[in-house]
Amino acid sequence: MATPQQQQALKPPVVAPVEGSEVPKTQVMPKLDAKNLDFYYGSFKALHGITLSICTNKITAFIGPSGCGKSTFLRTMNRMNETVRNSRAEGEILLDGENILAMDVTDVRRRVGMVFQKSNPFPKTIFDNVAYGLRVNGVHKRSVIQETVERSLQHAALWTEVKDKLSKPASALSGGQQQRLCIARALAVQPEVLLLDEPCSALDPIATLKIEELLFQIKDITTIVIVTHNMQQAARLADYTGFFLMGKLIEFDDTRKIFQNPSKKETEDYVTGRFG
Amino acid sequence: MATSTYVGGIPPRPAVRGFYGRLRGGDEIAYLTTLVCAIGILLIVALIVFMLWTNSQPTVKTFGWHFLVTSTWDPNNNQFGALPFIYGTCVTSFLALLIAVPLGVAAAIFLAEMAPPKLSNIFTFLIELLAAVPSVIYGLLGIFILVPLIRDYLVPVLRALFGWLPIFQGDFYGVSLLSAGLVLSVMVVPFIISVSREVLLAVPVEQREAALAVGATKWETTWQIVLPNASTGIIGSVFLALARALGETMAVTMVVGNTPKIAASLFAPGYSIAAVIANEFAEASGSLYVSSLIFLGLVLFGLTIIINGIARIMILMTARGSA
Amino acid sequence: MSTHTSVTRKLVNAVMLSLSAVCTVLVVGVLFFILGYLLWNGGRSLNLAFFTNLPKPSGETGGGMANAIVGSGKILLLATAIGVPIGFCAGVYLSEYSGKAFAFTLRYTVDLLNGVPSIVIGIVAYALVVRPMKHFSALAGGVALGIMMIPIAVRTTEEFLRAVPNSLREGAMALGATKAKTIFTVVVPAAIAGLTSGMMLNLARVAGETAPLLFTALGNMFWSRGWLQPIATLPVMIYNYAIAPEEDLHQQAWAAGFVLLTLVLVINVTARLIIARGPAGSSRR
Repeated sequence: MATPQQQQALKPPVVAPVEGSEVPKTQVMPKLDAKNLDFYYGSFKALHGITLSICTNKITAFIGPSGCGKSTFLRTMNRMNETVRNSRAEGEILLDGENILAMDVTDVRRRVGMVFQKSNPFPKTIFDNVAYGLRVNGVHKRSVIQETVERSLQHAALWTEVKDKLSKPASALSGGQQQRLCIARALAVQPEVLLLDEPCSALDPIATLKIEELLFQIKDITTIVIVTHNMQQAARLADYTGFFLMGKLIEFDDTRKIFQNPSKKETEDYVTGRFG
Repeated sequence: MATSTYVGGIPPRPAVRGFYGRLRGGDEIAYLTTLVCAIGILLIVALIVFMLWTNSQPTVKTFGWHFLVTSTWDPNNNQFGALPFIYGTCVTSFLALLIAVPLGVAAAIFLAEMAPPKLSNIFTFLIELLAAVPSVIYGLLGIFILVPLIRDYLVPVLRALFGWLPIFQGDFYGVSLLSAGLVLSVMVVPFIISVSREVLLAVPVEQREAALAVGATKWETTWQIVLPNASTGIIGSVFLALARALGETMAVTMVVGNTPKIAASLFAPGYSIAAVIANEFAEASGSLYVSSLIFLGLVLFGLTIIINGIARIMILMTARGSA
Repeated sequence: MSTHTSVTRKLVNAVMLSLSAVCTVLVVGVLFFILGYLLWNGGRSLNLAFFTNLPKPSGETGGGMANAIVGSGKILLLATAIGVPIGFCAGVYLSEYSGKAFAFTLRYTVDLLNGVPSIVIGIVAYALVVRPMKHFSALAGGVALGIMMIPIAVRTTEEFLRAVPNSLREGAMALGATKAKTIFTVVVPAAIAGLTSGMMLNLARVAGETAPLLFTALGNMFWSRGWLQPIATLPVMIYNYAIAPEEDLHQQAWAAGFVLLTLVLVINVTARLIIARGPAGSSRR
């Protein structure tokens, strides 16, 4: 039921299309498993019984209209929601089988990294920004830090642009560069999962393209979960897509199926642009 | 293609942190240290009040509250009364405000309403520097500059014009309630200007525009619209200035004359609470003498708390009003 | 439509505006006058001996205030060591950890402490330090000034830490930093310009305080060793010399006033410049 334009929009720019139209969720061990997750802000129930599995080394996207809970759910995956008072999560989120809600929270955050909607580099040098996560987690050997910083910046497709000005303040970079810096910073601590919360919404199309390209490159070294309000982006990037509406997970499947042959009417209404 | 091997780095699966791990993370220590300091401050203030109260007890027990209305201060005969100091403190502070408030509010109006922004900022900067000048420097200038000026120019004029008023009668020797009041006014003006200016600037621009749009002049707008809007805040600034004037020690003690007597004339020397403590505490002997001075300190403390409290409420009311 | 003639209203307008301008000029004029006279009178009494010699009795030439300058420095050092850490930590607590009720109580108490007249703080330090030790000391003076430094340290710290955007805290925590590490490696460095400036203003304010030292540190005509002896300080020397009858001591008071005022104003202006430049320099976007 997809129009020719939608078919064109579904073509990813670089990598060959993902094979298999069945739900391959059970083929590989899921990296992150949410089981009946409820989330409350005070007495307001923001998430209702979310159950899904994130596959290792794949890109998973969450789409849905504003306020549907996709960002809230993303933030439960590294427990950033806990900074809000009177909030609580019920249910389980398993990272390689361990429930992160029962783990030490700083451990969870080191293993599940996050890149935010608006880039937030620290008021430090470019080098110190990327090295921050390493230092704070106990790595102090200079050679290790230097090598890791370089690798991370390369993964974030920023190395060639900044290699001569690592000691300049991060605030001197452009918006797109700052966001890539934040990605490098997150990558430096070798997260097993990288969460991205609408990372390109404040960027121009060229900067967006750069980030999308690098996400393809790094999906082999980590597992990517991205929240986006841009459906075309989800269609381009993601292996799997989840559609959220009013705090519930309506449908979660292979991206092609979600966009070409969705099972639920709400999903179809959303991806064909009838609302949202 | 990206590879997942890094040189060295962090072990991929850190164990759940135990007590020692959490300690190294620093969370507990940081929380406890900052909490201890916060509680420590509460304790310090409680300690101050406690010490002032207990050390005043000899005087309270001997004289009771009559101490506050007795006007004899005779250490040699163990007779102590607070009235001369309360009188002097009130008179000098009141005089200071009488001069400083009109001057200060007028200057604040100029800086907030009339002056071009650049000029206003420069002047405000300079006035804030005035507020930073130490009290003893004002005292220095008071003794050697202000007092001779008052004696040679102001007093003759006052005598000529208002000599029939009891407050302007008697001999003038330089150190006096008048001199102290004038020095205090100079010290207190910068506070009034600073706070009043901010309060005036906080009045929404729409209010001014509404008045100007119906043809009011700049002055009429200021006097009839802006000032009433800001009046609570300005009164708050006056109370703040008063609190400062009450506690001012050095400049006052250098020009007030340090005489524990109540006189009707401003030309006469006088004393203030802060000044008597400054002058006599170091050499005070005998528990009644010392505790009387400490009781005076407690009285001053109480006064400044009340005045500061009123000031804070007024400024809070302005903030709420214009928010 | 108005029954006033517009001429009258315009006149009133002009007069009132001029009057307010006059008041402003008057106030600023006082500042220049203070500075000018102090510079002139103090400057001409200033010589090398002032900085290197000990005080001499009136009549003898070559007296100085070397011990008072050093004494002020010592006491201010002690005051900073006492007041700044306590104030800073409490400020961190207020900004990063505290609940609303406790924050209100603490802020109110800090404001209370700020309003205590400096002479009363002197009494407290006397009761706490001088009386048990049975003599005056630099320690007592340092304690008195340290207590005075606490309220501004708390307020400054809280204000500037609160101003750091939350996105920085989130970025650090998302990398696995604990709350404490986030505060001390990201938030505090982000606020460092304001914090430094605030501490400098705090120091400048306390450097000129005389009253609390009158019966804690007292004074000393000679060098003071260690922390347990009475010690000379610049403001107290100014006071003592100014009220003395001898003219040559007055001259020295002027010179000391010049030094003290210059110090205080230089610190003030530097602190304000740091604030003006700081935030603008660190984020050019």
